[in-house]
Amino acid sequence: MNSKNDMNTPSRHKVSALRLYGHYLSIHLRSVMQYKASFLMTAFGQFLVSFNMFLGIYFMFDRFGSVEGFSYSEVLLCFSVMLTEYSLGECIARGFDTFDGMVRRGEFDRVLTRPRHEILQVLGHKIELSRFGKLAQAIVMFAYGVTHSGVTWNAGRMLTVFLMLLGGTALFCGIFLIYAVLCFYTLEGLEFMNILTDGAREYGKYPISIYGKRMMQFCTFIIPYALVQYYPLLYLIGRSDNFLYGLLPLLALLFLIPCYLLWKVGVRHYRSTGS
Amino acid sequence: MIVMKNICKTYKVAKRNAGFKEAARSFFRREYENVQALDHISFTVQDGETVGYIGPNGAGKSTTIKILSGILTPDSGECLVDGRTPWKNRIDHVAQIGVVFGQRSQLWWDVPVIDSFELLRDIYSVPHAAYRDNLDELTELLDLGELLRTPARQLSLGQRMRCELAASLLHSPKILFLDEPTIGLDAVSKIAVREFIVKRNQTHNTTVLLTTHDMQDIEAITKRIILIGKGRLLLDGSLEDIRRGGEDIDKTVAELYRSYEI
Repeated sequence: MNSKNDMNTPSRHKVSALRLYGHYLSIHLRSVMQYKASFLMTAFGQFLVSFNMFLGIYFMFDRFGSVEGFSYSEVLLCFSVMLTEYSLGECIARGFDTFDGMVRRGEFDRVLTRPRHEILQVLGHKIELSRFGKLAQAIVMFAYGVTHSGVTWNAGRMLTVFLMLLGGTALFCGIFLIYAVLCFYTLEGLEFMNILTDGAREYGKYPISIYGKRMMQFCTFIIPYALVQYYPLLYLIGRSDNFLYGLLPLLALLFLIPCYLLWKVGVRHYRSTGS
Repeated sequence: MIVMKNICKTYKVAKRNAGFKEAARSFFRREYENVQALDHISFTVQDGETVGYIGPNGAGKSTTIKILSGILTPDSGECLVDGRTPWKNRIDHVAQIGVVFGQRSQLWWDVPVIDSFELLRDIYSVPHAAYRDNLDELTELLDLGELLRTPARQLSLGQRMRCELAASLLHSPKILFLDEPTIGLDAVSKIAVREFIVKRNQTHNTTVLLTTHDMQDIEAITKRIILIGKGRLLLDGSLEDIRRGGEDIDKTVAELYRSYEI
């Protein structure tokens, strides 16, 4: 026997989750550099894609002036925040979005044979750096939206925007997580889940109130989009003085709890594939 | 020590006949068949033992490995690996075992092998000094040298398998599960893999449980053989028990399969 035995003592220092995630990120960076041209083109394409959505809003307001009492600059703020949340969520949780492939190829078996949390490994497994093109575009829109919104910025409102980004990103991650859980049962990706992700990004351009009361209830109590979009927006643009509206995005973080519990059930249900 | 006691596992498999009409019918009313992958499997493996786990395709070999490595939860029965129940203390358990799936790679496709190894070092939280010692030892024994700097996608199957073995041993597991480690390898690579496993068992007293269809693997590596078929344990003994007369081991095993009607 040689010196190997002392490694298995429980006292060995555990690499932190954040550092490990950083290591995954670095591997993805190194992989991407192998295919430079492909990466740059994809990232550029991603950058352009969401620009279309902005044009949609622009021409709409060019014609109508306002939507349900919301002005162009207000809608722009709403849209840019939602887009940033979505893009951040997609960058972080791309592993959930492509989880069906992981299950079908049996790669999740490998995840289960490693001594780290499954979620950390799944997130690290797929970090699509080209999505950062989309994120870059979202940040450009965000800067544009914030500066053209006509909002008089104070500490409270800045905090609210930050919380919106935090809550919204968490919300999208949660929905991607549910999507991944369903893959345990169907072994296939379920496109209908895109209604909740791509759909939310698309419809979330406008304050949710314009879609009517039913939609509002759904987006407040079931999938809490309104908590990160409509209510804090009212506070931002000065339609409501209630600072609590600005803090509501924090409540949306609770959405992650049922998502996580579903994941736990899903993992227990997991049936590996093939030999 | 590995103890399996009356482990059962059933899969539900969707069945239908060929043809479009049948496919459409099964879309609405699916017929399932329960397949008993493991039927009251019990055995014990001592520390430092090398065990060959054989049986025809679909016998339940991989299912057993998956249960032992914490991937699958059995329907019933007990299983203890060094006192841990794999599917209950998954994270504690898998830190102490190594698993190689011959048909699936654990290396990152586009980066040099050494990058994958360093990620594994962090996943298993192996201290840097111990990692360096382990890597040096494995590099020498498996003749990895230049391979470490090559992206996994450019390795031949034999080269890749040597790297896979090293990858599963960087954290010095006491138990090694190998699921068809020599599948598709050429003669030279097969021999290299076999010799390495034997050596590892001798120098580190690593317990090895190996599934294979290659009887030469069994001859070269294991002292004990467990034969399963249709989910049932049929024979637990030594290579000599199986040989009983016949000189050609492949023929003898084929006859054995036939005699058990599996």
